[in-house]
Amino acid sequence: MGLLEIAMDLLAELKERFPKDVLEVLEKDVLTIICRREGSVDLISYLKEKGFKHLIDLCGVDYQGYKSEKKQERFEVVYHLYNLDEKKLIRVKVPIPEKDAWQYSITGLWKTANWFERECYDMFGIVFKGHPDLRRLLMPEDWEGYPLRKDYPLFLTEEREWKGYKEFLASVRGAK
Amino acid sequence: MGIEGTVEVGKDIRQIPGTPVFITPLDKLFNWARAGSLWPLTFGLACCAIEMMATGASHFDLDRFGIIFRASPRQADAIIIAGTVTKKMAPMVRRVYDQMPEPKYVIAMGSCACSGGVFRTYSVVQGADEFLPVDVYIPGCPPRPEALIYGLVQLQEKIKKEHGRWGFWR
Repeated sequence: MGLLEIAMDLLAELKERFPKDVLEVLEKDVLTIICRREGSVDLISYLKEKGFKHLIDLCGVDYQGYKSEKKQERFEVVYHLYNLDEKKLIRVKVPIPEKDAWQYSITGLWKTANWFERECYDMFGIVFKGHPDLRRLLMPEDWEGYPLRKDYPLFLTEEREWKGYKEFLASVRGAK
Repeated sequence: MGIEGTVEVGKDIRQIPGTPVFITPLDKLFNWARAGSLWPLTFGLACCAIEMMATGASHFDLDRFGIIFRASPRQADAIIIAGTVTKKMAPMVRRVYDQMPEPKYVIAMGSCACSGGVFRTYSVVQGADEFLPVDVYIPGCPPRPEALIYGLVQLQEKIKKEHGRWGFWR
């Protein structure tokens, strides 16, 4: 049974309801819908109504220098939704341009999205509009740069070292 | 060395014959006691901590060396840096170390704590010795419990050789 076959009805419904927003449908390992940013929240909330009640994952992708495929926009925000009753998984991808990297928050739909979006903001610098408390999640609050971006260096040089760590080392070495 | 009428029963240990009285340098006595009751702090950072717990549990049984994990830095003699130290975590590790009473020892357990290991990245401290005086380095990813035990025994050996690191005049 093909993946598209399972969700044929749903797919037709989505295309009818959001003709502008559904940019592309891919039959990969999981049924993937590429969705326009402007209609993404409506589409996701519709999917939630249709039984995809469980937000498995929300993450960012940086496609800078991506060789297998030419991407129009640099970033993507990826949502994985799961239908617990029918055991179906669906993936929604939202391309985000580099120049104004922001996406609408879905914390209104799932509270669990709160930290997912904070992590995504922390690692990629994608701002989530409407997020109640958009702070860094993993890195220290005064960290500069977004580490999972492809142009971020793997190892920081002396000049680019995090200020907090430099101060900490100075205080420790002074005390010794 | 030699005190009239005493018999040497061990290195630097002399007995007064026919009595339960032994004569030995205070340093040696105290170091023997300290090495035999080394209390490390229960403090784990990453996967090495799992190996550390395994070493402390019944199969490898650290208790037989007098090594009992202590949950408070105020009552600990040593700290085992078990795992990757991130730059964000480093101040907290240092604070716990600062809260320990003297004399105190540091064991860097695993590749990450020794040198940063495979994590030569923006967020990881390249070796716990950047901000702590490390006494024993234990390589391995993670080190086997036998390796950790060997490291602890090495630390005990070090303690036994020390002079005047205990007591109020240190």
